[in-house]
Amino acid sequence: MTTYTLPDERGHFGVYGGKFVPETLIQAITELEEAYLKFREDKDFLEDLRNLSTDYVGRETPLYFAENMTNYANGAQIYLKREDLNHTGAHKINNTIGQALLAIRMGKRKIVAETGAGQHGVATATVCALLNLECVIFMGAEDIRRQELNVFRMELLGAKVVSVEAGSETLKDAVNEALRYWVANVEDTHYLLGSVMGPHPFPMMVRDFQSVIGKETKRQFLKKNNKLPDAVIACIGGGSNAMGMFFPFIEDETVQLYGVEAAGHGLNTEKQAASLTKGVPGILHGALMYLLQDEHGQIQEAHSISAGLDYPGVGPEHCFLKDIGRVKYESITDVEALEAFQLLAKLEGIIPALESAHAVAFALKQAATMNSDESLVICLSGRGDKDVHTVRERLKGSEKK
Amino acid sequence: MNRIQKQFSERLNRGEKLFVPYIMAGDGGLGVLEERLTFLEQNGAAAIEIGIPFSDPVADGPTIQKAGIRSLKEGTTLKSTLIKIGEIRSSINVPLVIMTYMNPILAYGIDQFVVNMEKVGVDGCIIPDLPIEEEDILATKLEEAGIELIRLVTLVTPKERVEKIAKKGQGFLYTVTIKGITGIRNEFDKSLVNFLEMVKEVSNIPVVAGFGVSTAEQVKELSLNCDGVVVGSRIVDLFYENKLDEIAELMKAILIEEKVFRG
Repeated sequence: MTTYTLPDERGHFGVYGGKFVPETLIQAITELEEAYLKFREDKDFLEDLRNLSTDYVGRETPLYFAENMTNYANGAQIYLKREDLNHTGAHKINNTIGQALLAIRMGKRKIVAETGAGQHGVATATVCALLNLECVIFMGAEDIRRQELNVFRMELLGAKVVSVEAGSETLKDAVNEALRYWVANVEDTHYLLGSVMGPHPFPMMVRDFQSVIGKETKRQFLKKNNKLPDAVIACIGGGSNAMGMFFPFIEDETVQLYGVEAAGHGLNTEKQAASLTKGVPGILHGALMYLLQDEHGQIQEAHSISAGLDYPGVGPEHCFLKDIGRVKYESITDVEALEAFQLLAKLEGIIPALESAHAVAFALKQAATMNSDESLVICLSGRGDKDVHTVRERLKGSEKK
Repeated sequence: MNRIQKQFSERLNRGEKLFVPYIMAGDGGLGVLEERLTFLEQNGAAAIEIGIPFSDPVADGPTIQKAGIRSLKEGTTLKSTLIKIGEIRSSINVPLVIMTYMNPILAYGIDQFVVNMEKVGVDGCIIPDLPIEEEDILATKLEEAGIELIRLVTLVTPKERVEKIAKKGQGFLYTVTIKGITGIRNEFDKSLVNFLEMVKEVSNIPVVAGFGVSTAEQVKELSLNCDGVVVGSRIVDLFYENKLDEIAELMKAILIEEKVFRG
């Protein structure tokens, strides 16, 4: 592949992406783009980011050779990039620290964010506590019921959590409401978007802040093995851990990249969240991307056992990478993810987030088709403490059957 | 000349101001569309905005969101609305403007959307999530079909950008009068009068103000500083509550203002 330089100046990845936002937000995203382009080269900004990433988040995270899992899969050598060991337990904080530092430099001391399961909300509330920023988090009423404990966490951290009672009362509605709030408070508020989605410059900026994952992985793998891995695997909801992992590998064509979507109850049911596999291109939340929608362009509700993958769209860069064939997009059902969740706990003593369990499940299948002199890396995007309750309920339910 | 330009300039030349009501297509079923459009026309509407429901209307406040949900439950689609407009267009004389988001248009097909709007006699469209940076996917085709793309400017739009946007259109310029979404507000931002004066100064096409206009006083106050007003949420509410008298009363405010103006 020749040099990869996307997005273009207008924020497009091929036909995807762009800035399909109300005129009221144009100024805000233009300002944000200018500030980001300036500060991403700024020595002080980068040093602040590096220091907090090291001393507060706990980077770099280990690249761990999972020997037991490798033996179990009986194929490729399996490595885990341990993003679950970051402060707050997931990769989300790589982005929230970056954006919060940027907001301060833009003179904005109020932060608004959306959250689904609460992971991005917690990561946002955390950096707002650290950096003394006012924090408002929009969360769907249904998600608030499902994730009470994360609501309490955010409140402990000093954030105000606002319940969204519109639409399906889940993540997409929380994004709608956060956007509306931003429209009304644009002068002193930064919208801290949690994934590689939304209008330009968010998909690019979030990718860049998350690309520390892929950069470290590449360096660590080269150091251990003096070569690159043959495959890299990450789960996809909006797609931020995957984009951060893939981006530094895009030009390395020998490395096969796999994104794993949530197939929920199955790809051929309505209860799934596989936007790239089952969606068609459309416009939502400021970007052109693959979307789960009906024939009239109404957005459909997504479903996954993992709330973090429960979104009807997917980052525009993934849409482009799918179309050009650079990344292969696969999917894993709720049941398969649950099995992988338990398997990793038993084999390696690591309880993965249900989101990451999708990547683990696909990696096990893929590893079995590869040779023992080949290797793959799984982005273990988060830890599973938050999901223990859900999994327990689910397993109790299936015992009864 | 497009019907919007023709009718607006006639009214403005007579010294009148423009009252542009918004209704949600299919709220109450598409069966009531004709009587509502007729009612609005008889009460002096200069043009009527017809909203098409979308599942995720980020630029709209609670009133229009709820109306959209009611309409979606009635099974309203962009296609069914255009068909209905085609059936009743001959009995309505005022310009009709479709307001919806990009995704229902993409799902319908951009070419089909433009062709069918022209066929059924729609005169313009407003798409809140299509800023000028992205409008190439639609604007040229609309222009070729003689359908006006109505663009928006807001209180936070800098003067140079207002100029740039105003130059692109021929219908009217829609000025968003609050820093927020559609819905009912008690007071307007203080800088509004200055902003409207600036927009009027740079725009060669009529300037119509909207978002948050809900009382007769606001209608009067705003229309002093521009060519007319759009009233959305309040009209949607009043139709839903079947308070037609109050709609008529609200629409009269602009005419009363006119008499004072002339006198």
